[in-house]
Amino acid sequence: MTEIKYVIKDEMGIHARPAGELVKACAGFPCKIMISKDGKAMDAKRIMGVMSLGVKCGQEIVMTFDGENEAEAASTIAAFLEEKL
Amino acid sequence: MEYQGKCVFNGIAIGRIAIYDKGDGAVKQTTITDTAAEVARFESAKEEAKSQLAKLYEKALVEVGEVNAAILEVHQMMLDDLDYIESITNMIESQKVNAEYAVSCTGENFAEMFASMDDDYMKARAADVKDISTRVIGVLTGRGNGGINSDEPVILLADDLAPSETVQLDKSKVLGFVTRFGSSNSHTAILARTMNIPALSSVDFPSDCNGKMGIVDGNKGILIIDPPMSVIDEYHKKFDEQQAQRKLLQELKDKEDITLDGKTIHLYANIGGVGDVASVLENGATGIGLFRSEFLYLESSTYPSEEEQFKAYKTVAENMAGKKVVIRTLDIGADKQVDYFDLAKEENPAMGYRAIRICLDRVHVFKTQLRALYRASYYGNISIMFPMIISEKEVIRIKEIIAEVKSELKAEGVPYKDCEIGIMIETPAAVMLAEELGKYVDFFSVGTNDLTQYTLAIDRQNAALDNIYDSHHPALMKMLQMIVDGGHKSGCWVGICGELGADTTLTSEFLKMGFDELSVSPSMVLKVRAKIRETDVSKL
Repeated sequence: MTEIKYVIKDEMGIHARPAGELVKACAGFPCKIMISKDGKAMDAKRIMGVMSLGVKCGQEIVMTFDGENEAEAASTIAAFLEEKL
Repeated sequence: MEYQGKCVFNGIAIGRIAIYDKGDGAVKQTTITDTAAEVARFESAKEEAKSQLAKLYEKALVEVGEVNAAILEVHQMMLDDLDYIESITNMIESQKVNAEYAVSCTGENFAEMFASMDDDYMKARAADVKDISTRVIGVLTGRGNGGINSDEPVILLADDLAPSETVQLDKSKVLGFVTRFGSSNSHTAILARTMNIPALSSVDFPSDCNGKMGIVDGNKGILIIDPPMSVIDEYHKKFDEQQAQRKLLQELKDKEDITLDGKTIHLYANIGGVGDVASVLENGATGIGLFRSEFLYLESSTYPSEEEQFKAYKTVAENMAGKKVVIRTLDIGADKQVDYFDLAKEENPAMGYRAIRICLDRVHVFKTQLRALYRASYYGNISIMFPMIISEKEVIRIKEIIAEVKSELKAEGVPYKDCEIGIMIETPAAVMLAEELGKYVDFFSVGTNDLTQYTLAIDRQNAALDNIYDSHHPALMKMLQMIVDGGHKSGCWVGICGELGADTTLTSEFLKMGFDELSVSPSMVLKVRAKIRETDVSKL
């Protein structure tokens, strides 16, 4: 399992549009990807769940990648977060 | 009866009122026996809803742009959300209910989840879930998605309009928008602006006014229901005037800034915030000649971060899509005070510790802004301008700091462009040194307000001196000519971004002097353009 942590810089937090982009990016990988905030974990490939975390600017998220291509998925998603959020 | 609201977009509309039909009438619960067939019915309705949304997305791209259209793409993803789908299919299978009912209940449940969040933005997402559910139900029942129940164009009243609703409206049937809620619904606002029709929000209209005569006065922010004939006549007159004025200006909007004898000049607009870009484009300015960066500092309770600044600059550069954007570095001090800068009280702040003087003293503040500017430069056509220059020494120091910033960015692998740099000419010292200063920079822009007060030694805040404050003073006119000549000798382009630039009694004079650019407030662009186009410089 690979894990990454990231503190959201986007002022709006993970709002609808980036949540959609994140889900789309995650859906491209075969491994299981979870996103969690304050211990509450959601499937990162499901947009309603990701949005329901209500992640705001300055909050830390933890993402875990488990399974096929997990290292590649983690680095791609890390770059995505850095650029978009 | 008059109903006061908030103005979203100005203008006047006169016509029949229609209340928006949401098309989400009550959903009946029925018991089904063939659950597999019912799930299949839901699946195909969901696919149809998605393909409707895909079409709406394409339509919205054209009407409101990519950023605003994106929500419709999110809606498509929500329809594919497994939690949402599983909840619906589970309900159909375990409770043997019809698809309409399962979709309606699931939509309500998810909407409730969002509505209960402690975040206003996420609360608003409840409407998105309801919106997609209504669409699927509309497909299932064959009832469609609501809309306008009228053959003639109407004033459309609604509690609120979801993005997908505004996009699928038949635009030829809408004279104006009035919503009860949703002042922040930028979709209605953007749509009203692109359609050039009035829009109001926060209007508490009665629900029994369907089909009555109405008037929307977007200038005053009022909706009038059942107006007497005399008021209708009065508004017809206003409407005709508005149309005539708009037609005149629209004709000029895409016209070139060229004189009768073929001399061209760049006509740009001055802005003070990211939100002003829309009015720049609406009024047909071909660039931004002065973007005052102070708002970032004035609206903040602490020094704005590099990231915050970068975002604001990048947004403006991107929205202007390759057109020139001249951003002026911080001009705090004098009449613009900010607590956290902790500036000492001064006897004569106009001549005191301000603008570039603060920047060159507090280099870290300056560098943060320059880093943000250079990072943003990669995304458009940004030029950087420095205020309150009086000496070559200052410009040399600025360029040293710029070189440091660039080499830092390069080392970090952050992309940037080599922007044009320029200075404000707003002190008599800079006028006298125009030719010398021009060797270090690419352009000049004259700040006529400060230049006038420094040249005439008249405090512009002192009302008692208004009668001798003469912005057409011959000394100033001579200086303007010196600035143009000095700048051109050193290969700079020269413009005006002060209030005088919009003074149409001087437009022909500026053209004769040889100015390359005028930057005026967005609302003045078309008036100055009209003046430029009727001037013949060869006959002056």
